[in-house]
Amino acid sequence: MSLENFLLLSVVLFSIGLYGALTRRNVVVVLMSIELMFNAVNVAAVAVSRYVTPAALRADTTSIADAVVQRVLTGQVFALFVIVVAAAEVALGLAIVIAVYRSRGTVDLTQVNLMKR
Amino acid sequence: MTAHDLYLLAPPIALAGVGGLVVLLDLVTRRTGLVAAVSLLGLLLPAAFALALWGDVNTGGAMAGVFDTLVVDKFALFFQFLVLAVVALVILGAADYVARFQRYKGEFYALVLFSALGMMLLAAATELVSMYISLELTSLPLAALAAFLRDERSTEAGLKFLLLSAMSSALLLYGMVLVYGYTGSTQLGEIAQAVAAGGQPFGSPAVLAGGVLIAAGFGFKIAMFPFQMWTPDVYEGAPTPVTAYLSVASKAAGFAVLLRLFSTAFGAVSLDWGMLFAVLSALSMTVGNLMAMGQSNIKRLLAYSTIAHAGYILVGVAAMAVREPAGSEGLGLSSVLFYLGAYAATNLAAFFAVIAITNRTGNDQVDGFAGMGKKAPVVSAVLAFSLVSLIGIPPTAGFMGKLYLFNAAVRADLVWLALVGVVNSAVSAYYYLRVVKALYVSSSESRATVPSSPAVRLALGVSGLGVLFLGIFPAPLLGLAEAAVATLLSLR
Repeated sequence: MSLENFLLLSVVLFSIGLYGALTRRNVVVVLMSIELMFNAVNVAAVAVSRYVTPAALRADTTSIADAVVQRVLTGQVFALFVIVVAAAEVALGLAIVIAVYRSRGTVDLTQVNLMKR
Repeated sequence: MTAHDLYLLAPPIALAGVGGLVVLLDLVTRRTGLVAAVSLLGLLLPAAFALALWGDVNTGGAMAGVFDTLVVDKFALFFQFLVLAVVALVILGAADYVARFQRYKGEFYALVLFSALGMMLLAAATELVSMYISLELTSLPLAALAAFLRDERSTEAGLKFLLLSAMSSALLLYGMVLVYGYTGSTQLGEIAQAVAAGGQPFGSPAVLAGGVLIAAGFGFKIAMFPFQMWTPDVYEGAPTPVTAYLSVASKAAGFAVLLRLFSTAFGAVSLDWGMLFAVLSALSMTVGNLMAMGQSNIKRLLAYSTIAHAGYILVGVAAMAVREPAGSEGLGLSSVLFYLGAYAATNLAAFFAVIAITNRTGNDQVDGFAGMGKKAPVVSAVLAFSLVSLIGIPPTAGFMGKLYLFNAAVRADLVWLALVGVVNSAVSAYYYLRVVKALYVSSSESRATVPSSPAVRLALGVSGLGVLFLGIFPAPLLGLAEAAVATLLSLR
């Protein structure tokens, strides 16, 4: 397995997510598609953190022990933060979806168009 | 995490404390004015900390901290002061509007404060992950605020804002991961070294794609063409004070992080993205102004106007990117900062006048403003004055701002862009003056006066005088803007 395989997987995931987010009519499915895009980012971040040697380490190999924790894990920390924020985003998103459903009885995006003219 | 880190974070931490206090206070008191007063006076605390930090930066230079994820320099502090000032005015101006809510008044103020917290961190962040976290801290409360009225229009606005902001975040994140993957670092300084060492234009295709995706992600936040679709719908549906907040503070914070990221991390390859922003700037102005012409709803009209203004401000970004001749370095950057300040005063004045009038009439249409020149003379005068400032006619802040922006463009050999800007300003006069005509020339049947509360009048007065002051004495703000960009320039 090389970095390319993981990046390819992440690009495919991201594209599927973007396609779904742009074409689906049900808000909940759109939120799921956006979630797919975030997960594509996570795959890429973790893969990069596994395969790419940070610039700072390439230059200086004497003090690896300190630098490793701070820099090699950057991608994994990145992914953790993305997961947390995505969860918050979905929580708020579903709350708004419920408010939309209460006020007009549908979650179809093509019907949520009061202001388009 | 050391004590010094806490000191660097003091303004945002203080703001978070005020936000928490406001939520708690709302539980124990029913007095409507008290919560607003506490959130307003509470802003003095972060402002005092920011002032102390400004003094330290003045003597000791920029201070980096919190594991090198943020830096406190004059650039960051400039935007922190701007955000605090805007929040104070929005809280004042929202007083009438919030009084109409049945419940959750405290939460309204708290969400405004938490969103401001994200903006303050955004201006100081120098690392990709913390930039993303601060950006989400800015956007999520704004989505909740947009849906705050919970009626059909407001929830629709909240939903559209949330979906498009989440989608743009995903694009931004993918761009960040590509840049991180190529350079092996998320620190802006280290990215800059790796990009400069790359040798090829923009380092590699990965960094090019990353840069474009990052520009797209921030393009949503600043309502730049072609990522402006959400703006009119969200601005129309959201509560008017939230719209004012969104159009001013959110845009300023978006530009702060855009400027820092592109001038620091991609500073070595600025010619490559300068032309991108120049073209997007011209398109934003033109599309915003042309679309604004057909609008009959004042909030929608101001939404398209804000897209056009994102275009004007991008003129400065483009001028900064294209190598500026010796003697005028930083002109593009400082003109952007000045314009953001001038635009904040102008747009807030316009929105407060709209709040003062529509709160009584309940009519967002331009026709609903007919005859207001007689019914609400002061409010109408401020509205007309701020619209004149948005066109860019002296003696207003908007004129001075455009003067500096277009001057920077001409100095950086972007004469064509300055010309597009001037022509666009002339075109924009058509739809702004249509509102002024409704105010003073059109007549209406009713003769009833339109009163407004003292809080709104104060907010209106402060922002209106700000527009006039910046139009006559631009030097103080310009001096601050120049001091603020000096730190960014020294990194190039």
